Amino acid sequence: MWDQEIRAMASTHAIIAASVFMATVLPAVLVPGFSVYGTHLLWLYLVSGAVTATSVAVFWLLGITPPTKKHTLGYKLSRLFRSCLYFFLSCLFFHTVVVLYGAPLIESALETFSLAVLLSSLTTLRCLCVLGPNVQAWIRVFSRHGAMSVWDTCLQITVACTVVGAWVGAFPIPLDWDRPWQVWPVSCSLGAMFGFLTGLVAAPAWIHYHRKQLTYKCK
Amino acid sequence: MKGLPVLSFLLWVCALYFVGIYLFMSGFLLVRLEVNRTSTCGDVLQPGEDPADFCRVPPRFRRVVLLIIDALKIDFARFDPRNTAPKPYENKLPVLEETVSSRPSHSRLYPFRADPPTTTMQRIKGFTTGSLPTFVDVGNNFASSAILEDNLIHQFGQVGKRVVFMGDDTWESLFPKKFHRSLPFPSFNVKDLHTVDNGILQHLYTTMMGDDWDVLVAHFLGVDHCGHRFGPDHPAMADKLTQMDGVIRSVIDRLQNDTLLVVMGDHGMTDTGDHGGESQKETDASLFLYSPSSLFSGPPAQSEPDVVPQTDLVPTLALLLGVPIPYSSVGQVLLPLFPPHGQIEGAVGGLSQLEALWINAKQVNRFLETYSSMAKDIPPESVSKLKDEFSRLSSEYLTSVREGRSPSPELAASVQTYLTSVRDTCRATWAQFNPLKMAAGLAILAFACLICFVLSELSLMLLREDGPRLKAPLVTPLVGGVCVASFQLLTRGYIEVAWCLVVAAFTSELFFLWKAHRSRVSDTAKNGSKAPKCASWLSPRCLLAPPLLVALLRCASLLSDSYVIAEGRVVTFLVFSLALYIPVHLNWDGLLLPPSHDPLKCAGLLPSSALSPSTVRKESSTLLGCLGLLIGSLYLSLSFHGCREEQGSCQPSPFLSPLSRLQDTQLKNLHYILSVVSLGLWTHLLRCCLRHYGNLNSSGGTVFTARWILPLLSVCLGLHWAVSATPEDSFRNLAKVISLAQLALPRAAFCLLGLGLFLIWLDPLTVFLKTRAGPLARGSSLPPPRYRASTSISPQAELHHLIPQIYQRIRHSLDDGELTRGSEVEGRPAVEAYGLGTVYSAPLLLFCGLLGIGLLLLHPEGMALSFLLLLLEMAALLHIHASSTTLSGLHGTFSGGYNVPWTPVVLWSLATTQFFHATGHLPTFPSIQWGAAFVGFPDGHTGTMLPASLVTLNTFAAHILFAVGCPLLLFWPLVCEVRGSRGERAFGEEGEDAVMEMRLRENPNQFTSALLQLSARYLFIHGAQVFASACAAAILRRHLMVWKVFAPKLMFEASGFLVTSVFLLIGVTLVLRVEIALGHWFKRLIPDASR
Ligand SMILES: [Zn+2]
Ligand SMILES: [Zn+2]
Repeated sequence: MWDQEIRAMASTHAIIAASVFMATVLPAVLVPGFSVYGTHLLWLYLVSGAVTATSVAVFWLLGITPPTKKHTLGYKLSRLFRSCLYFFLSCLFFHTVVVLYGAPLIESALETFSLAVLLSSLTTLRCLCVLGPNVQAWIRVFSRHGAMSVWDTCLQITVACTVVGAWVGAFPIPLDWDRPWQVWPVSCSLGAMFGFLTGLVAAPAWIHYHRKQLTYKCK
Repeated sequence: MKGLPVLSFLLWVCALYFVGIYLFMSGFLLVRLEVNRTSTCGDVLQPGEDPADFCRVPPRFRRVVLLIIDALKIDFARFDPRNTAPKPYENKLPVLEETVSSRPSHSRLYPFRADPPTTTMQRIKGFTTGSLPTFVDVGNNFASSAILEDNLIHQFGQVGKRVVFMGDDTWESLFPKKFHRSLPFPSFNVKDLHTVDNGILQHLYTTMMGDDWDVLVAHFLGVDHCGHRFGPDHPAMADKLTQMDGVIRSVIDRLQNDTLLVVMGDHGMTDTGDHGGESQKETDASLFLYSPSSLFSGPPAQSEPDVVPQTDLVPTLALLLGVPIPYSSVGQVLLPLFPPHGQIEGAVGGLSQLEALWINAKQVNRFLETYSSMAKDIPPESVSKLKDEFSRLSSEYLTSVREGRSPSPELAASVQTYLTSVRDTCRATWAQFNPLKMAAGLAILAFACLICFVLSELSLMLLREDGPRLKAPLVTPLVGGVCVASFQLLTRGYIEVAWCLVVAAFTSELFFLWKAHRSRVSDTAKNGSKAPKCASWLSPRCLLAPPLLVALLRCASLLSDSYVIAEGRVVTFLVFSLALYIPVHLNWDGLLLPPSHDPLKCAGLLPSSALSPSTVRKESSTLLGCLGLLIGSLYLSLSFHGCREEQGSCQPSPFLSPLSRLQDTQLKNLHYILSVVSLGLWTHLLRCCLRHYGNLNSSGGTVFTARWILPLLSVCLGLHWAVSATPEDSFRNLAKVISLAQLALPRAAFCLLGLGLFLIWLDPLTVFLKTRAGPLARGSSLPPPRYRASTSISPQAELHHLIPQIYQRIRHSLDDGELTRGSEVEGRPAVEAYGLGTVYSAPLLLFCGLLGIGLLLLHPEGMALSFLLLLLEMAALLHIHASSTTLSGLHGTFSGGYNVPWTPVVLWSLATTQFFHATGHLPTFPSIQWGAAFVGFPDGHTGTMLPASLVTLNTFAAHILFAVGCPLLLFWPLVCEVRGSRGERAFGEEGEDAVMEMRLRENPNQFTSALLQLSARYLFIHGAQVFASACAAAILRRHLMVWKVFAPKLMFEASGFLVTSVFLLIGVTLVLRVEIALGHWFKRLIPDASR
């Protein structure tokens, strides 16, 4: 059972990583003048979109999302609506946090918000996929004994990696090197992206090596 | 309670830090006194019968062109025809070699040796004053960078020569308004290779052809910037040098006969293109001299110098151009430029070699006498030796002149020797880093940090009776120091205090560490249960815990100039990150939310809660609310920052300028109202807090201060602001009153502040005793009296916030713990002590608040808002700490002691730096708020102590407030104690009694150890910052920014540490003072009660 779940997770992650890769490489081949630094916002939205689409598709196909109690269309629609609302709220939340961290308030609001969208699609979206629109469950998952399945542990790792990556990405900004990737928010979004990819690799590996210690009694 | 060991440990650690800082500074910061005298035409006279004014004699050259090519290393200037594959920087200036070989008596090329520090500003100072400028030239121009010492430019101006300047704008700040005409170009952007040079080239030739100049200074920066950007070994350097070659050629073509051309570099560069240090690659620049008229008496002779020291240019130029040698020059004239005997044909007014040497020696001797009478940093025996030498030379020279015979050539040689030895003496004192002292200082600092860490981890053990005492680590250094001193005395005849200190500090540190290690090992042997806890504190896992990681990042950020420049934001970022870490960590441990979820219960993984979910929810919401407050004040505090000159597009905060400078009346009123409101809020919040905990009921000194002096002080301050903001012309008839008020109000505030602090010190207790008659009347057989620490005397508050408490110790001392049920049933305690629960924190809080208002007085009015934010942030930090302690304490992780974990301590000390910036300060000298020295003293001062201390208080206001308030971190979790949480377990049925800070009195050992631990941790973080900035200064002493960024940062960090440690000691001493007063109070009470 362990091996099977880990294998499923690894292939899921491979698909997501591949979608990120395609979203970076394909436009670079097809669209003239596209580059990660130069047309950063375009890249950012492409990657967010790709990650969103693949995650939703993959998690829906795998059926990880907790089963709904009711199967009425109205209930499903309201769930969908709540998910969208939570996604938007999380974008606002990340935007606020990033501004409080020292991003310019007015000047590059669009860039900041794009970063927030990227962060949301890398973290919140996964929470939505795995746990559904349930903030209490989200908060609960991020505690030591809160994970109740392999997917929860995986969620912990990827989200932590993404957030830490974005945090570390802010470090080079004050340096006076004048590199293109020091422009706001390139380093942060790249950091978040790298963190996310690291998380995708690290999560199955970590779970694989710690499968003896992991116990999910409640499941 | 053993207060003395705590204080002595802290004093000892502070002393170690001070020794380390002193040693490092004395090795790194070269300090020199500026002599405020100027030479004039009359005072340096030629010997002989007629005392002629030598400025009147027509000089050898009427004009001079000074081409300074920044960082023109001697390797760049040399030309080697045999070199077939030259590197980009080789053989690019052929014009120099061509001229020297084709016109040997008109030109020379010398290596030109600069003195460290080899940075442009210090070098410009060096070759205009002829002295050896250090980083700190102590003079009366500490605030601006203008040179007030006597210099060539000043002397040129005195004799009416028109100086035209173009190029590096450093000159404009060094010599403001000294130039006849000046064309400065921005020098700051190192990446820009061409702006300055092209700017010069646009004007250089037209200016030269014109006739409105006598001295033309052109300072090219391209070569230096090219070095910084690409290094010397780069094609761009070849282009730049070729361009310079062309410039020199065109200038030579345009020279006239009465003009001297000097082409020189101010310093060299290393292989990476940097400079600042003392390696030969950095010091050896080039000097090229040329004149269309004959300059030398012949081709290069054997006797010519191999290397020309940079100081020698000043006397040479001065005598060639007929101006007095600047007063503090220690240079020696360049002899080949002067004819050996008499005059060269065609050159009028030239001095002979010996005459020039004589004038030079006389001037140097005069400077040496003046300097050695002012400062004592030159060793006295060498000064007296030099003086003797000069008097011998002068008598010999004077007799030979009087007798009319030509002096012997040996005399010239010995005058030269004399001049050289003066320069060498001065250089040894002023211009050499002392790497040994720097290394020793760094090592002592590192060990002091380690000791702080050990102290904080082993505080409980160190304060035990059988723990290692401080006596031995105090005696050994004395022995070591005395040994070294006597050894020095025997071998060298004098004592150098620095090295005695090094040995003393080292022996003491090592001895202590050894003792601590040994007692830890024996401790581990004795009880194995403690072993893992003690052994784990140096593991990387423990050191890389997020709070210490943040502290480490903070220290690492001091090693980069960009981060130091952006320090204010960097620290805010770190504080914010660490603050967010607290709830995330609590949530990770499952402590943030009430454990009401079924899945967790079913897992049984969480320890059963000791507290109801509602309390957890309440504490969590307090925590999150305070986090919001903290983040809000962090964000708002960003708008009070000043701007460094390195930050290009930065607007300094509008609140930083004093109100009197605002023109718009409405805006002025708005600012004033805002400031007064925040001042009022500051006072009100403090009083509210004190009243809330019942500390305003008694009638002691502290309460008097809180009731009367605090409001009075703020009224004084508000009035002072109003008076100082009044425009002078609007109330002409009241001018006298206003000026009197400007004098009297701040002074009254100072007096009130002093009185308040003194009263707090004198009578720190804020406890009000209310006895109930009933039980006391029954005599000695009666149940023990019980005390309750009530908060307020008003009935409502009594209902709401009654903190009854039984003071266990007294009860036990009264009747051996025998408790009769009867008294329990009887219910209410016999004695109510209002404010007993906050007896330690109340005076400390008030002390902080008073000091805050006093420090606000020294700031611009707008800073009141920032101070209010500081208070709010302090409160938020304290409450976050308290709530997180409660939350984690509830679940059994509470270890019994009162240890303050690293997170709040790191936050507290980072907040210090953050508010240093948020009160408009920056770690640069131009940003010091000198206005603080004139608060209450509008007409200036006579001494230097008072203004210096006022400016220090202003600069380090945040350091002072946070250091004094540091012990609050220990008290606040107890102040915010949740009723019935710990008490329930500790006191059984009397669980309803919260004892707050009395808990500390019950465990005096844990109290002292926690106090020691807290202070040691706080000192550790500040000390680590000092260590990091000292490391930065030592490692990066060749860096372009060392004198602009790292050295000032080090000085500010070190002075901040000094202030912090002093005020931390004051805070701790105040706590101990309360402790003693409380002891007396209880002693008075017990016989009272038992009667
Ligand atoms: Zn330079
Ligand atoms: Zn330079």
